Amino acid sequence: MKKRWYDYLWIFSLTYLVLGFFNILFAWLGLLCFFIPLIISIACGTKGYCNRYCGRGQLFSLLGGRFGLSRKKDIPRWMKSKWFRYGFLVFFFIMFFQMLWNTYLVFAGARDLRQVVTLLWTFRLPWHWAYHGTLLHPGVAQFAFGFYSVMLTSTVLGLVTMILFKPRSWCVYCPMGTMTQLICKAKGGKP
Amino acid sequence: MALRRKRRAVVDESACVACGCCVKVCPLSAIRIRRGIRAEIDGERCVGCGKCAKECPASVIEIQEVLA
Repeated sequence: MKKRWYDYLWIFSLTYLVLGFFNILFAWLGLLCFFIPLIISIACGTKGYCNRYCGRGQLFSLLGGRFGLSRKKDIPRWMKSKWFRYGFLVFFFIMFFQMLWNTYLVFAGARDLRQVVTLLWTFRLPWHWAYHGTLLHPGVAQFAFGFYSVMLTSTVLGLVTMILFKPRSWCVYCPMGTMTQLICKAKGGKP
Repeated sequence: MALRRKRRAVVDESACVACGCCVKVCPLSAIRIRRGIRAEIDGERCVGCGKCAKECPASVIEIQEVLA
């Protein structure tokens, strides 16, 4: 099948992850992966982002498929159940708002900037080497650390399920995918 | 005309996450994602090769024999 320009967006996703190791402020670019799927689903009522443009999905597809890093087994039934998918979406939302709250605290001057990336919502990894100061408020950097934590955590989860199950197993419980599907359901009415 | 058996893909629509992985691998372009909710197979085009079933991360596509 003929490759199109959007089949190479995995390069963008990979570059994004690498840049976060050098300068955390690049983490802001990750907002594109949040807003573009939402805009497409709200404006067009489709999951066009997942279907075509998701670089992360392509990356998993490449690593698990062509590079053979996936066992290619069926995902457990509970992981594709509605309660798990919606439950994970809610959990992800709560964690996201907690991250926004921490950012707010730094902006408000109630807390100092923490130069850490929190992996799997638990492990605080020192990440000071990717921060060289900012001309803007330290809160801007705090958001970058928090957002990169979200992106790295989801990548790690995606990689684990890629290895255990099928390459794009992450797509089954991806919060953005679940959310855009819900938006499409709400918009579309009769499928 | 006598009915003949044909293999084709069938989607468990309630569990489909509409990710579109199946669409990408279908050699006959017989699948599309309908309104961002679920995958839909074009029964006329599908030859039941099974590529989509293999690819589907949620494993909600099955190859079944149907009368055509």
